[in-house]
Amino acid sequence: MLIACPYCGPRDVAEFTYQGDGNRTRPDPASTDLGAWNEYIFDRVNVAGDHNEIWQHSGGCRSHLFVVRNTLTHKVASARLIRQAPRSVPPTRSIPETVQTALAEQALTAAHRQSKAKSVSRNLPKTVSKSAKAPPRAAANPTRKPGGAK
Amino acid sequence: MPEYSIFSLLRNALNGNRDWKPAWRKPDPKPRYDVIIIGGGGHGLSTAYYLAKEHGITNVAVLEKGYLGSGNVGRNTTAVRSNYLMPESIRFYEHSVKMWENLSHELNYNVMFSQRGVLNLGHTPAQLDEFARRGNAMRHLDADAVLMTPAEIKKLMPGVDISRSARFPILGGLMQWRAGTARHDAVAWGYARGADRRGVDILENCEVTGFIRDGSRVVGVTTSRGEIRAAKVAVAVAGSTGRVMRLAGIDKMPIESHVLQAFVSESIKPFLDTVVTFGMGHFYMSQSDKGGLVYGGDIDGYNSYAQRGSLQIVEDVQSEMLALFPSLAPVRVLRSWGGVCDMSMDGSPIITTGPLPGMYLNCGWCYGGFKATPASGFAFAHTIAQDRPHEINAPFTLDRFHRGHVIDDKGQGATPRLH
Repeated sequence: MLIACPYCGPRDVAEFTYQGDGNRTRPDPASTDLGAWNEYIFDRVNVAGDHNEIWQHSGGCRSHLFVVRNTLTHKVASARLIRQAPRSVPPTRSIPETVQTALAEQALTAAHRQSKAKSVSRNLPKTVSKSAKAPPRAAANPTRKPGGAK
Repeated sequence: MPEYSIFSLLRNALNGNRDWKPAWRKPDPKPRYDVIIIGGGGHGLSTAYYLAKEHGITNVAVLEKGYLGSGNVGRNTTAVRSNYLMPESIRFYEHSVKMWENLSHELNYNVMFSQRGVLNLGHTPAQLDEFARRGNAMRHLDADAVLMTPAEIKKLMPGVDISRSARFPILGGLMQWRAGTARHDAVAWGYARGADRRGVDILENCEVTGFIRDGSRVVGVTTSRGEIRAAKVAVAVAGSTGRVMRLAGIDKMPIESHVLQAFVSESIKPFLDTVVTFGMGHFYMSQSDKGGLVYGGDIDGYNSYAQRGSLQIVEDVQSEMLALFPSLAPVRVLRSWGGVCDMSMDGSPIITTGPLPGMYLNCGWCYGGFKATPASGFAFAHTIAQDRPHEINAPFTLDRFHRGHVIDDKGQGATPRLH
């Protein structure tokens, strides 16, 4: 796989570091819209076809690049500097709000059943409501765990 | 009487093998089923099997876009283990290991489950502390784990370099003896035959092209072999989750598809009779019964549906192998391949009802779905039949990300390429 860096020309993918999905838009840092932050952090379009991504030429000029690459063929359609990346992203359809609420209620019922059975209760919420969302639990093990067999 | 036994072998040996039946039929799709399972891989087939066996739901179709077992169930490195840290993970995967222990009898099909042990190697004192912590977490929940010294490791694997002058000296390891390997194709075939004999229709070369909706409810699918309706539509398509969910009108999921490569060497004499993982990078290896070394490492690290990866990972994996086993330098690589992994945002799977009414979802296996095949099918069948999760998959919901209850064994956060 070759990526054509605007400064260095076509270079092997081994020189680059993948920085992730380029379709996401970070909410305003002052925003308290939990839904928007959740979507930004956890949800991906995961395109099969031309995919917007962010790469860094870490083994070269260290520029951050906005790359359009086909995830079915690995063919790179374009690579430009990140500041030239398009600002807008295409609108997407996510899970309807009503269904999400129903799912949360379902999980809550399951949680109650679980806690009664005294099993698997540690990580399930006692209450889930729009006004009192539990903050994300801190990562239990911040050190990189050695690779397990797959 | 079981279909495969010493008596059926003898009978067929004497009459020219005329009595064997195909392991599964090739039926035409019916217009309506009780349950449709999209995806004829390990998880889809085991789900169909347990739906029929545990819940008496036999009017089931399994839709496979290619031939049976053509996806990840035939592309993995066959390790089965439950050496996790988070209690939800240990409970789920330990349930799976227990099911593996009886699977050949259960299916009357030899899946060659070999409890040869999975050993994680540690190269720093901090890693050994982490092993002790994880080993205790496992033992606390009925899984088995023991710490091993370098001398014990050398005795187990004479080929390993335990010298202090090694690039990454080995200080110890965490062994799960009940873990091991299985023959992946046999798992798919065994479940397929078990489901087929109970009345499940396995429809190969039947690609889903869309969902039939009644309002928000999913009531069936359109396929390359016509329209099929069902009250319940279950999705178990691993790396294709994003594509199939898009057909249902959902563009965003907590999933990224990545490619993982695996390698097999030429056959050599018995060299390694356990599964070993390297702790200073990401590498794991076992030796198959044919003598080939089966090994792999990190995923390539970028989104891909291509079932093939890049050369720098090939080099990376081979160099990790030689760091552990310098004597393997002359051994040649026979073949390599790639599989598409559905990397979730916390490294744990999703087995749940929804996200749309009438739909059921099984995905997010990252690169570790093979070991979960029995428990995943068992739990998913329960979820489909009863419209609520079994206690072993209750924590693995889809909305756990938005509720802040992720199950992140590795503590990497929402960076799928690092899980």
